[in-house]
Amino acid sequence: MPAIIDISDLSKTYATGYQALTGVDLQIREGEIFALLGPNGAGKTTLISILCGIVRPTAGVVRVGGHDILRDYRAARALIGLVPQELTTDAFESVWATVCFSRGLFGKPPNPAYLEEILRQLSLWDKRHSKIMTLSGGMKRRLLIAKALSHEPRVLFLDEPTAGVDVGLRRDMWALVRRLQMDGVTIILTTHYIEEAEEMADRVGVINKGEIVLVEDKAALMRKLGKKQLTLQLQAPLAELPPGLMRRGVELAKGGEEIIYTYDASAAEGEHAGIVSLLEDLDMAGVAFKDLHTTQSSLEDIFVDLLKGGR
Amino acid sequence: MNLYAIRAIYRFEMARTRRTLVQSIVSPVISTSLYFVVFGAAIGSRIPHIEGVGYGSFIVPGLVMLSLLTQSLSNASFGIYFPRFTGTIYELLSAPVSYVEIVISYVGAAATKSLILGVIILITAALFVPLRVEHPLWMLLFLVLTAITFSLLGFIIGIWADSFEKLQLVPLLIVTPLTFLGGSFYTIDMLPPVWQTVSLFNPVVYLISGFRWSFYGLADVPVGISLAMTGLFLVACMTTVAWIFRTGYRLKA
Ligand SMILES: Nc1ncnc2c1ncn2[C@@H]1O[C@H](COP(=O)(O)OP(=O)(O)O)[C@@H](O)[C@H]1O
Ligand SMILES: [Mg+2]
Repeated sequence: MPAIIDISDLSKTYATGYQALTGVDLQIREGEIFALLGPNGAGKTTLISILCGIVRPTAGVVRVGGHDILRDYRAARALIGLVPQELTTDAFESVWATVCFSRGLFGKPPNPAYLEEILRQLSLWDKRHSKIMTLSGGMKRRLLIAKALSHEPRVLFLDEPTAGVDVGLRRDMWALVRRLQMDGVTIILTTHYIEEAEEMADRVGVINKGEIVLVEDKAALMRKLGKKQLTLQLQAPLAELPPGLMRRGVELAKGGEEIIYTYDASAAEGEHAGIVSLLEDLDMAGVAFKDLHTTQSSLEDIFVDLLKGGR
Repeated sequence: MNLYAIRAIYRFEMARTRRTLVQSIVSPVISTSLYFVVFGAAIGSRIPHIEGVGYGSFIVPGLVMLSLLTQSLSNASFGIYFPRFTGTIYELLSAPVSYVEIVISYVGAAATKSLILGVIILITAALFVPLRVEHPLWMLLFLVLTAITFSLLGFIIGIWADSFEKLQLVPLLIVTPLTFLGGSFYTIDMLPPVWQTVSLFNPVVYLISGFRWSFYGLADVPVGISLAMTGLFLVACMTTVAWIFRTGYRLKA
C-alpha cells in the first residue's frame, strides 16, 4: 500500500530550546487506522501540529498525499482534517454557521446536503441553530469532528479524541472512525489509553520523549511482545515449590494456592513443550490442580515494558 | 486564490460585526455628537472662522478620521487577537489559505466596518453643521486608504498583543494622542514653529490634512504629499505583515 503520509527525519526544537521531536521517521499507509501511543509530553501533539501546519518543523521533510507540507501546503492541507486535543470552539456562532465556515475555509464549494449528513451522523442536526456556547462538552467534541469532516478530508487526525469523554460517546466515536475507514479515510489517532489503540488500530506507533520507539502491526506487536501466563489453581495450597517444579518462569502465588507460569507468546511453539513438561512434572510431584487458565498481556503491559526498557 | 476561504472568513467577521453593530455605532455617534455640541456650537461660535470655514465644519474631517482610525484599529486587532486567545486559530493555520488571503479577508472585513461607521458619522455631522465636499473622489480615496492602512496596523497589533491590556494600549497610548495632535481641531500653522516641525513627523497630520483638503480645499501640506505619506504608511504595514507570516511570528511555534 502506498504511504499517504511520509515523514522523514523530522525534528522540532521549540523556541524555549526544548527538543520535542528527534529524527522521526514514519510512514502512514492509505486507509489504515494508526494509533500513536505515548505518555503525556511525548510529542504526539507536536507531531500532529507540524503535519497540519500549526507548528513549524525545525528539520526534516513531510509529504502528505505526495505533497510537501511546506512547499505545496495548499494541496497537502486540503487533504487533512484535524480534531484538536483541546475543546477550542467559537462561542456565539451557530453550529450550522461554524461547519459552513470550516468547509469554506478549506476551499470547498457549499454543500448543505453533505453537511446535514455529517451533523446527523454526529447527532448534532437538532442543534444546528444553537449557539456553540450552549452545547455540552460532548457535543462540542462532536462539533469539532464535524468541522474536521466538513471538507471531506482523506486524512483525519484525532488528537486524544476520547480524553475525558464518557463511555457512550467513546463507543459512538469508535463506530464513526470505523465507518470513516470504510469510506477510505486514513485515520491517525493519538492516545495514552492503550485500550483505545488496542480496540481501534491496525498499526501502533509508540512515541516517547520525542522519538518513535516502535511501529508495528497491532497483531504482530501483541504476538511479539505479549507475554502469556498459565495460572493453575491448586487443590491444596503448597508451602513452597517442590524441587521438581523449580524452573524459569514458575512461581507460587496467592499464598501457595496458585502456580503461575509466565512465558513468551512469541516463542509459543517451543514453550508449549514447556507447558506439557510442567504438567508432567506436576503430576510426578503429586500436585493436583482444580482449574487452569491462560491470559495474554495487553498493549498496556507491552507499553509499560517498552518504556521501562528505556529503548 | 482560495476564494471560498476569503468569503468564509469575511462573512464570519461581518457576522461578528452585525452582532455588535449597535454598540459599535452608538458610542462613536454619541461621542461625535458631543464634540459638535461642545466645539461646534458652544465654543465654536466664539472661535473665528478658519480660512472661511466655520469651526464646527472645520473639525468634521478630523473627527471622522479619529473614529475611522480608532475603529479600524480595534476591529482588526480584535478580529485576529480573539481566535489566538481562544485557540480557534488552529483552524485558520491548518487551512489551505495563503497569508495574503488571510489578510485580505480579516483586513477587508475590519475596513468595511469602519467605513460604514465613518459614513454614519459624516451623516451625523451633517445634521449639526453645514458641510461641503469639494473633491468627493479624493475624499473617498482617503477614507478607503486610511481604513485599510489602519486595519492593517490593527491586524499587526492583534498578532503582537499577548494580553487584552496590550490590545487596548496602542490605540490609547499612541493613536489617540497622535490624532489629537494631528490637527483635528486646528491647522498646523496655528502652532509655535518648533511644534510645527514636530508635527511633520506625525503621520496622522498627513491623513487629516489630505482628508480636510478634499472637503474645503484647505490643507496643512500639499495633498500629493498627504497621499504619498499615506501610501508609504500602507506599504510599511504590508511589509510588516509579510514579515510576520514569513517568520510565523506569534502565530506558529
Ligand atoms: N509551544 C511550545 N513551546 C515550548 N515547549 C512546548 C510547546 N508545546 C509543547 N511543548 C513541549 O513539548 C513537549 C511535547 O508536548 P506535546 O507534543 O504536547 O506532547 P503530547 O501531545 O504527547 O502530550 C512537552 O514537554 C511540552 O511541554
Ligand atoms: Mg497532546
